[in-house]
Amino acid sequence: MRPWLTQLLQLALVLVLAPWLTGLTRTFKSRLMRRVGPPPLQPYRDLVKLLRKETVVADNASWLFRAAPYLIFAVTWVAAALVPTFCTGLTFSAAADLIVIVALLGTARFFLALAGLDVGTSFGGIGASREMMFASLAEPAMLMVVFTVSLFAGSTQLSYVSAYMLSTHAGLSISLALALVALIIVSLAENARIPVDNPATHLELTMVHEAMVLEYSGRHLALIEAAASLKLLLYLSLIACVFTPWGTAEVDAGAWAYGLGLAAYLLKLIAGASLLAVSETATAKMRVFRVPEFLGVALMLGLLGAILLFVSRLS
Amino acid sequence: MRLAEALVFASRNVSELSAAGVALLFALSAGATALARHFLITRSIYTACALACSALAALGMCALIAPPVPPVTVSLPIGLPFAHTLLGVDALSAVFLIIVNLTSAIVSAGAIGYGVHAREPQRVVPFYPAFIGAMNLVVIAQDAFSFLLGWELMSLTSWALVVSDDRSADNRRAGIVYLIMATGGALALLLAFGVLAGAHGGYSFAQMRAATALAPAAIVLILTLIGAGSKAGLVPLHAWLPLAHPAAPSHVSALMSGVMTKVAVYGFVRIVFDLAGPPRLWWSTPVLIAAGITALLGVLQALMEHDLKRLLAYHTVENIGIVFIGLGLALAFRAAAMPIAAALAFIAAIFHVFNHSLFKSLLFLGSGAILNASGERDMEHLGGLIHRMPVTAVAFLVGCIAISALPPFNGFVSEWLTFQAILLSPQLPEWFLRLLVPAVGATLACSAALAAACFVKAFGVTFLGRPRTPAALAARETDRFSQVAMLLFATLCLLAGVVPGFIMDALARTSQLLLGARLAPQATQPWLRIAPIEPTRGVYNGLLVFVMIALAAVATALIARRIAAHASRRVPAWDCGFPDPSPVAQYSATSFAQPIRRVFGTALFRVRERVSMPSPGDTTAAALEVELHDTVWETFYAPVIRAVGTLADRLTRLQFLTIRKYLMLVFATLILLLAVIGLSRS
Amino acid sequence: MSPFDTDIAHLLAGSMLLVSFLLLYQDRMFALLNVFALQACGLALSVAWQAYLQQAPQLFITAVIALGFKGIIIPVALHRIIVRLGIHRSIETVIGMGPTMLFGMALVGLSIMVMLPVTQAAGTFVREDLAFALSIVLLGLLMMVTRRNAVSQVIGFMSLENGLVLAATGARGMPLVVEISVAFSVLIAFIVIGIFLFRIRERFDTVDLHALELSGGEST
Repeated sequence: MRPWLTQLLQLALVLVLAPWLTGLTRTFKSRLMRRVGPPPLQPYRDLVKLLRKETVVADNASWLFRAAPYLIFAVTWVAAALVPTFCTGLTFSAAADLIVIVALLGTARFFLALAGLDVGTSFGGIGASREMMFASLAEPAMLMVVFTVSLFAGSTQLSYVSAYMLSTHAGLSISLALALVALIIVSLAENARIPVDNPATHLELTMVHEAMVLEYSGRHLALIEAAASLKLLLYLSLIACVFTPWGTAEVDAGAWAYGLGLAAYLLKLIAGASLLAVSETATAKMRVFRVPEFLGVALMLGLLGAILLFVSRLS
Repeated sequence: MRLAEALVFASRNVSELSAAGVALLFALSAGATALARHFLITRSIYTACALACSALAALGMCALIAPPVPPVTVSLPIGLPFAHTLLGVDALSAVFLIIVNLTSAIVSAGAIGYGVHAREPQRVVPFYPAFIGAMNLVVIAQDAFSFLLGWELMSLTSWALVVSDDRSADNRRAGIVYLIMATGGALALLLAFGVLAGAHGGYSFAQMRAATALAPAAIVLILTLIGAGSKAGLVPLHAWLPLAHPAAPSHVSALMSGVMTKVAVYGFVRIVFDLAGPPRLWWSTPVLIAAGITALLGVLQALMEHDLKRLLAYHTVENIGIVFIGLGLALAFRAAAMPIAAALAFIAAIFHVFNHSLFKSLLFLGSGAILNASGERDMEHLGGLIHRMPVTAVAFLVGCIAISALPPFNGFVSEWLTFQAILLSPQLPEWFLRLLVPAVGATLACSAALAAACFVKAFGVTFLGRPRTPAALAARETDRFSQVAMLLFATLCLLAGVVPGFIMDALARTSQLLLGARLAPQATQPWLRIAPIEPTRGVYNGLLVFVMIALAAVATALIARRIAAHASRRVPAWDCGFPDPSPVAQYSATSFAQPIRRVFGTALFRVRERVSMPSPGDTTAAALEVELHDTVWETFYAPVIRAVGTLADRLTRLQFLTIRKYLMLVFATLILLLAVIGLSRS
Repeated sequence: MSPFDTDIAHLLAGSMLLVSFLLLYQDRMFALLNVFALQACGLALSVAWQAYLQQAPQLFITAVIALGFKGIIIPVALHRIIVRLGIHRSIETVIGMGPTMLFGMALVGLSIMVMLPVTQAAGTFVREDLAFALSIVLLGLLMMVTRRNAVSQVIGFMSLENGLVLAATGARGMPLVVEISVAFSVLIAFIVIGIFLFRIRERFDTVDLHALELSGGEST
């Protein structure tokens, strides 16, 4: 298959799989709590329902408020399509590396926070303010992880990183272990999961992500929810691509390899979702001002990993 | 044919022409002094400045595209009796000539409308062309004397512009602090040139280059860090910057932040990279440490700020830190004989200089527009301006995204290049640097993330939400000239972010000149991507990212229009069912920054917050008091000021002595001097 | 030794360093104990792996001692003490969590800078292991310095001792006798400190050392 066709396939695939992943996590969580819970396909129904509903916009909302959902969704979608899922060597991955992916997520967050401030309500403000505080630690931690991984593999391009991890040079490394722990912490924070934020609540003063999008409804809310799902998928794909690259197909490898890659990818997603569900069930939400310490640990671990790599490169 | 001839002529005579440009700017100043009362004169002076700067920028481009071979230096028979003034444009000067004049031209064009708002244009207009001329003089000077002359003129004219509104005590204080710091900085540079020239005293740059082996380079580095660093705003020498930059009229603030700090960077690069000879490995250490601290402290102080212009000034400090991180890395790589990596770090730094001059000028023009429209600089009194000043809002938003280093705009490209340079540093041969560079990388990452938080605050509180005061409610869109200038800057920010390869190629000659290495040509890469080292190491394609985002957004909008319900309704804000009609209940700049203040500020600024709640039944308002300490000021400056005060008090006694005691002082001095002579002879 | 073997040794030593950071990060007593037990398990694994690599069966005994004493007995005993003293919620740090962690990072950097050039002759793996061990020692000291509570100081001391054992086993077998004596000395220190805790508690009604300083040795 042609590389650009594969890229289009990937664009569609992340879009299709993202709500399923969110739903799967919810289902696992319900089962762990001995509830029946919604089926994994529930998020699709939610999205369809939201799209069919009337869109209610606050009186003094500006064009930014109405444009932001489209931008946020588009940027997150592009970023998610840049992470190799079932197949490496995508066309667009020659356009953007890991640092760009992190920065694209930063762009999406920038607009989301602005949208939170646009209507001028206190909930929007509290959400935006806290989100940016978390981001001010989570983003550098993420970049430190990127540093570690790219120093290890000698490239910031995800395709090359993934290929390097599969090769025999890689081996075990304490830096990679540190980076993995840091990346998991960052993923929890960025996706507003427990213990940083609770995706299941409304009307709670500690909520962050939900507070920012409180004024959204209808198709706008659908887009923002879809973008959140895409972001979760992105982070799981990233962990899978860098730390468990087994089974991923090369580009142009033929249908059989693609099928195998897809199956491996789905398995990794299911494993990721179940682990996430277990961790969310087992831990409690933190106080807001405990989160900076939690993220600070991620930053320290990332930095430690990078420093160790810097040092061990000599000799 | 005509064009080609003109190009050849311009490039052959670039030194003479740029000297003529500078002379023209000074002449404009003189003319303005005579005639500044009339507001038509004000407009024509700004127009003339814009034209002269455009011409100079074009000259810089000529010199960069078609360099004169051999390099031409004009020698003017003015200046010191024993030395002529040497002016010339090499690849480094050309780059900075473009940066200085491109920004100055657009800002001057925007300032044409400023004449309408200014209360007393005669306090600003006479100094304005001379300020630009002085900056140009620094950039094209080829000897120490004219460099320092330009430097001092730049300081003095900008000082005059800072105190142009001397009614407010803050501005007067800013003027005094600025004057003292500028004097100290110039003194350090003077000494640095003295050391470089050595005992034989060749003050032209060519002679200094030849004599570098003799000079104690460590002293030069430290003196240049102090001299150029204080003008650029390196911590702890930045204290004057957030006072002085906001005090000037907004278009002058734009020039001071956007251009003058860049001239300081030029001074540093000229001395350390060009004149001081081959660097040692340890040179990069003080530069990197100062740069990392500058980047982090600048952005944190900006976050604590709610005066829009001071916030922008603190961000200048942060961005200077980012530039110096690149320069420090370049020094380290150069000393370690890694020329390609050095070229990458250097180009990242200069690219960031260019980017910052664009978006910081844009943001200062925007803040000027807001100031004109509402009379407010304090963000706590603004809000909702996106409805009243739509064009300014769009341009300001672009500036905010660009300065927050978010793709696809230009700020991201230079930070991406700096990160790529950091990723090359494990090959450095020194232990301490290998520990330092990742730590500096972490501060760079932190400052980028904090900058995004800060500009969400700046844009969100100023332009979004509901107006907090009647002044904000009554704001009107600014004049056409400012709008055009801001939109021009915004377009340039996008262009530089989308096709960065051309700019990197333009900088290649400079890195060739200073570092003896250049990156592979970028503009010929497939799909206009940039791959500074090699495509397997790291690739960024701003154009493709931009197009992809645009296509995805448009496609999403079209599909949503097709499949989603069309019904849409405007209603009062929901706010979880408890909307508060008072605009004061919105999140303000101070409350937005509260979490970050608590996380980062407790240790750095010794932040204390006190909530005084009235007891139930009491109708007085509750109050939140925030106590902040400027740690740098209190550690470095306050003791000096106290010491000077004490010393002055002590010395006052000298004014009340008897004749006999005065004679005794004179006598003692005489004896002392004789003793010194006697001892030194023996 | 294949590269994979050294990788595992390296990973184990590094994860002990990671756990040292986690110790610094804890703000609850029981969590602190659990993390300490985790570090002891890491130590046991690391020592056992070294025993396998170096073909030194006596090191297995060290591993068992580490696991038994520090992984099980001491945490359980301290757990009881904490319950009896009723101090399970109080870890008062002298400086905040963030600066402590930053300082810890600086310490790791320092130990790398000190260790690597000094031991240039040794193999990469031994050198970095030594750097890790020194970092663990320094972090243990840091913990003793930054904690007010006597129990967390005890834990800091024992984590320091973990670092020493790690260094000793990494350096090609230290005689077992020494190790046993080290382990016993720790046990004795632990008992002594335990007794002291009770005495202090009886006299001053707190184990906060800050309170002791204030009283200046005067009994009330």
